[in-house]
Amino acid sequence: MSQANDVYYVPHESRWPVYGIPGMVLLAGGFSIYLNGGSWGMPMMVIGAVITLLMTVMWFRDVVNESLAHKYNAQVDRSFRQGMAWFIFSEVMFFGAFFGALFYARVFSIPWLGGEDPATSRFLWDSVVLSWPTAGPGFLDLEFQPMGAWALPTINTLILLTSGVTLTIAHHAMKENHRSKVIWGLAATVLLGAIFMSVQSYEYVHAYQDLNLRMDTGIYGSTFFMLTGFHGVHVTIGAIALFVILIRVIKGHFTADDHFGFEAAAWYWHFVDVVWLGLYVFVYLI
Amino acid sequence: MSSTTHDAHHDHHAPPKGITRWLFTTNHKDLGILYMVFALIMFFVGGAMAMIIRVELFQPGLTLVDPHFFNQMTTMHALVMIFGALMPAFTGLANWLIPVQIGAPDMALPRINNWAFWLLPAGFTLLLLTLFLPGGAPAGGWTMYPPLILQLGDAFPFLIFAVHILGISSIMGSINIAATILNMRAPGMTLMKMPLFVWAWLITAFLIVAVMPVLAGAVTMLLTDQYFGTSFFNAAGGGDPVMFQHIFWFFGHPEVYILILPAFGIVSAIIPTFARKPLFGYSSMVYATASIAFLSFIVWGHHMFSVGMPLAGQLFFMYATMLVAVPTGVKIFNWMATMWQGSMTFETPMLFAIAFVILFTIGGLSGVMLALAPVDLQYHDTYFVVAHFHYVLVSGAIFSVFAAVYFWLPKWTGNMYDERLGKWHFWLSTISVNVLFFPQHFLGLAGMPRRIPDYALQFAEFNMISSIGGFVFGLSQLIFLWVIIKCVRGGEKASDQVWEGAKGLEWTLPSPAPYHTFERPPVVK
Repeated sequence: MSQANDVYYVPHESRWPVYGIPGMVLLAGGFSIYLNGGSWGMPMMVIGAVITLLMTVMWFRDVVNESLAHKYNAQVDRSFRQGMAWFIFSEVMFFGAFFGALFYARVFSIPWLGGEDPATSRFLWDSVVLSWPTAGPGFLDLEFQPMGAWALPTINTLILLTSGVTLTIAHHAMKENHRSKVIWGLAATVLLGAIFMSVQSYEYVHAYQDLNLRMDTGIYGSTFFMLTGFHGVHVTIGAIALFVILIRVIKGHFTADDHFGFEAAAWYWHFVDVVWLGLYVFVYLI
Repeated sequence: MSSTTHDAHHDHHAPPKGITRWLFTTNHKDLGILYMVFALIMFFVGGAMAMIIRVELFQPGLTLVDPHFFNQMTTMHALVMIFGALMPAFTGLANWLIPVQIGAPDMALPRINNWAFWLLPAGFTLLLLTLFLPGGAPAGGWTMYPPLILQLGDAFPFLIFAVHILGISSIMGSINIAATILNMRAPGMTLMKMPLFVWAWLITAFLIVAVMPVLAGAVTMLLTDQYFGTSFFNAAGGGDPVMFQHIFWFFGHPEVYILILPAFGIVSAIIPTFARKPLFGYSSMVYATASIAFLSFIVWGHHMFSVGMPLAGQLFFMYATMLVAVPTGVKIFNWMATMWQGSMTFETPMLFAIAFVILFTIGGLSGVMLALAPVDLQYHDTYFVVAHFHYVLVSGAIFSVFAAVYFWLPKWTGNMYDERLGKWHFWLSTISVNVLFFPQHFLGLAGMPRRIPDYALQFAEFNMISSIGGFVFGLSQLIFLWVIIKCVRGGEKASDQVWEGAKGLEWTLPSPAPYHTFERPPVVK
């Protein structure tokens, strides 16, 4: 119950983390076998993914039920908040690795290969001229067009920024106990996320079919698809999280002053939003 | 299961029976024990690999294994010892000790804790499996540099995903530790009253959460370069193999401090206890640890001096690296000042702690030598580097784990360990570790390269001496194992305080500590 802080809350043991472990092994091992060309890699991977997914659902179900039973006190709430904040920090650093690769390629490796560093260019590709965007000195005859910033990516930026606004409207409505407004705000956010992902998918098809821009189009294609791809995965996860929260709102799981599940998903959404702004500037614009 | 939460108040105090206790446990003491047992097993697995390396190097020529297997052993020895032995050992200590040191009933996120632990066997299943795959285990060095690593056989994706899973494990473990320290402290336990082990772990947890995802990103790029046609580390596509080294060492350098900061915390607990004096310069210890953590982010280039780097980069990384010696020196002088005029006794934990201070300092000083870019061009990839990091990681980090185990084992088991056997373990380990690694300085200065199974004849004597030291060191660890087993099975009963000079909340608990402790927060003055 909502005890004062003089008694700690310790959750009971759980079997879901351990049940998820074979799932992780099958998922990772199956993917490895698949990549090595083994025929049973894919089925293993699917079984592993299903186990992992089930584990996640059951684990969250337990947490939701405990939360609904008011077992969590203010201290548990703070632990969840801090845990989520640290998790988002780790995600930021994960994207940092790929942004680092992009900056390194643009600031160092492309100019060096293109003649700024005499030793490198003389011994590898003599007197080659390189400028961003490029597929690299080994693929100079490869024709491709880079993804422009205008039209779709800009529209997508506006869509994602708008979704941040609708989410904030929902959050304020939550605090004011304005339930229908919360539902509409959340639904709009999930919908905008889905539109964003559709546009991204269309952009990928467009890149492969019309621009000849592929994952193997040198360092430009590598950084483009790696950054936008991982961002897309995170948008999808965030949208699923918000959709679950939407259902929980409809079921009446939250109150004006107790809705950390909502806030965690919202933090995550704002995080993918901010990553997108970085992408828009450094991948599309500059 | 969930129905047992309300009515189970009496069996709340006793652990459940059978294997499910260990599988489903969310108890920080159980998980701490699991982590430490796992680390001990991996210590012997990685140690067996080291023995194979030292047998091969006992004499010049290819004597025991073929070169490819030798390379697998050097690579796997490193991966197993870093991710399987040292990091889990420190995480296990954190799990067992941090809640009782800050007066918390358990960790902040106990189920995440369980998951983080059980991910380790999952990751090592994948990693150790590679030994039996076509093409063998990873053999290009634990640093996984492309393009060499891309020549690995079927083991390649297993290696990548093992690193991912071990990364998730340590990130989850660290999030939990950080949230515990920041949120679960007993009333009155302000940040600047926390034991230094807790402080060291707070900063270590920050480092892990900051850099393990970067490693995950780096190996993901290896994976896509291999299977999905990307060109991150391929110059033909406009990438650069050196870029991997930058990203890897942006993770790798903080990683080596992840392996040593908890050791600083342990030694800072043990030396005051047996010197019977408060730690000298507590707050300067905290600031020094934080400074080391900050510097760890801006020194990665010193691993890459020989790769070809602009002069400005070499100078920056050289000076920044030398700066690390300043806060580290603060710590070493603080430990010395703590011992100064103390009424010291020399039980096994104290012996290991003092050996830590001396031998870690030797490793630190060879580190300053390696920090000098012009000098490093000579030392790079020689046995001098091997000697350097084994001084800081074996006679540094691992010695601190030995010290911690001897120090807290009576609290964990309720029994005193066998002091006579402990001293045997200490003296044999300390003498043999120097016989093992000190000659490697000379080998490196004379030009013997790392990771090569054969060597020129002039290196024969020092290699034989080093191998003999290695065998003695390896065998001495069986004493350690025996001491632990003996202590768990029985022995002289330990008092609550265990050590005369011991201070801190964990020493107010009974020995062995009950399954649940501090269910009501203690008040810290």
